[in-house]
Amino acid sequence: MNTEINLKTLIVKKPLKLDCGKIINNFPIAYETYGSLNEKKDNAILVFHALTGDQFVTGLNPITNKDGWWSYAVGPDKAIDTNKYFVICSNVIGGCMGSFGPSHKDPDTQKILGTNFPVITINDMVNAQNNLLDHFGIEKLFSVVGGSMGGMQVLQFISNFPGKAKTVIPIACTSSHSAQNIAFNELGRQAITADNNWNKGDYNTKDSVPNKGLAVARMAAHITYLSKKSLQEKFGRKLQEREDIKFSFDADFQIESYLRYQGSVFVDRFDANSYLYITRAMDYFDLGKQFKGNLSDAFKETEAKFFIISFTSDWLYPTQENKDIVIALNGIGADVGFVEIASDKGHDSFLLDVPDFLSALKNFLDKSYTEN
Amino acid sequence: MKNEFKVIADLIEKDKRVLDVGCADGTLMKFLKDNKNINIRGLEISKDKVQKCIAKGLTVIEGNAEKDLSQFPDKSFDYVVLSQTLQAFLNPELVINELLRVGNKAIVTIPNFGYWKIRLHLLTKGTMPITKTLPDEWYNTPNLHMCTIKDFVHFVKSRNFRIFKSLALNNEDVSLINNSNLGIKNLFADLGIFLIEK
Repeated sequence: MNTEINLKTLIVKKPLKLDCGKIINNFPIAYETYGSLNEKKDNAILVFHALTGDQFVTGLNPITNKDGWWSYAVGPDKAIDTNKYFVICSNVIGGCMGSFGPSHKDPDTQKILGTNFPVITINDMVNAQNNLLDHFGIEKLFSVVGGSMGGMQVLQFISNFPGKAKTVIPIACTSSHSAQNIAFNELGRQAITADNNWNKGDYNTKDSVPNKGLAVARMAAHITYLSKKSLQEKFGRKLQEREDIKFSFDADFQIESYLRYQGSVFVDRFDANSYLYITRAMDYFDLGKQFKGNLSDAFKETEAKFFIISFTSDWLYPTQENKDIVIALNGIGADVGFVEIASDKGHDSFLLDVPDFLSALKNFLDKSYTEN
Repeated sequence: MKNEFKVIADLIEKDKRVLDVGCADGTLMKFLKDNKNINIRGLEISKDKVQKCIAKGLTVIEGNAEKDLSQFPDKSFDYVVLSQTLQAFLNPELVINELLRVGNKAIVTIPNFGYWKIRLHLLTKGTMPITKTLPDEWYNTPNLHMCTIKDFVHFVKSRNFRIFKSLALNNEDVSLINNSNLGIKNLFADLGIFLIEK
């Protein structure tokens, strides 16, 4: 991680009471914006990022020197058109791209917080990000959008602030983390904590970070973002720069080499403790439970227009879990549209060039905006 | 817009809440929204058609009427519209019951299998009738449960549903169906439109 680059940061002075009971204040939220806020301040879209995302939605990410994570969807003339809309995205608290997280130092001891960082929730993330609205003087967002964990934040945001968004777009997500979701996250956490360099979260120097554990966590998670079909078509049993199998444990197969690569590039940009904290926040997410088991009640105060999108090959947050949100909304007569996009690209579909998805997103936003 | 939709739209008062089941590309929905200030929702099984509705700015849910109507609370709409789709369901009776549970009233239109051209086709050619409203061959038609206007009227009465209005459509002609002309309308209308309530 290179935090030398100047990140846009809002210091939140107002105390924030976290779900765990702790209170934080004077904490940073790192954010980025695209496009410009109009005079009426009615064209702002708050984008929420997924587990390993950050505030650099589109254009060049100055830290990784790669395209922003949602470059297919966000930018001039794209589905979320930055010629029209003012896009705000911030790094979640618990993250490692400038917002308050476990890699920050304790102001008293000057030691890195590590596991002394409080356990945070999706609710805490959303409450922290709400401060950006005050910062920009925005009373009502035109839209809140996000996929995966971003979608969970979308749902929590509109539940917490029912009057603060005109349209609501949760994509490829769930209202409650399933046992399978928790299981995969636990696998990742175990990989990290089994790495001796993790040292109970107390790793400080550059050469003793738990990169091996974090890389394994990423490799396992990465498989869950793809579909069996897409893996088979892309890699099949193809061998990696060799004529035949080597009777060894090297990366004989291309898929092995690909996963190793994914793991190795991930550790350069992500903090292992952040991975623990954010996956925990996802596991704790159960919006219905916050309303005594009645998910509909989470949305009964809002008049926002919902558009829910799932993907056929997403087995991490399958269509039925997205539909459960639609059902809860229909139960209270909310304005809700839903489409399942046909795609072989698995959960990652929302990040990729999937034309049916991008056109549905664009049409929904642009049509809703002209109804202003 | 086809005549059938104009007739349906005339049956619905302004400012109502309406669900269009099998809303296709949203033509009727758009008309009702723009001209009658209807709070309109659609349910559509085809992904392509759902996309077309979204492009028109319509609120539509991708889904199957036989499974997905169950998510709507009782009487959550003033009207539920089902246009020329009843015959394509595995269980039309279940769908009718669901329409009347979800809506205060239902507007159901059916292609009339008793239409004289269909009878003549079967009588003279001895093969399954193919017409403008029923263009498919027997082996690839989506229509599983064809019925006549008379069949539908008998069914509705047998279930003690109230019929508010029955209309017969023959191209541009719209006429009322009543007990005394049922036999004639069943012969000369290619489409029946019914406003019913449980």
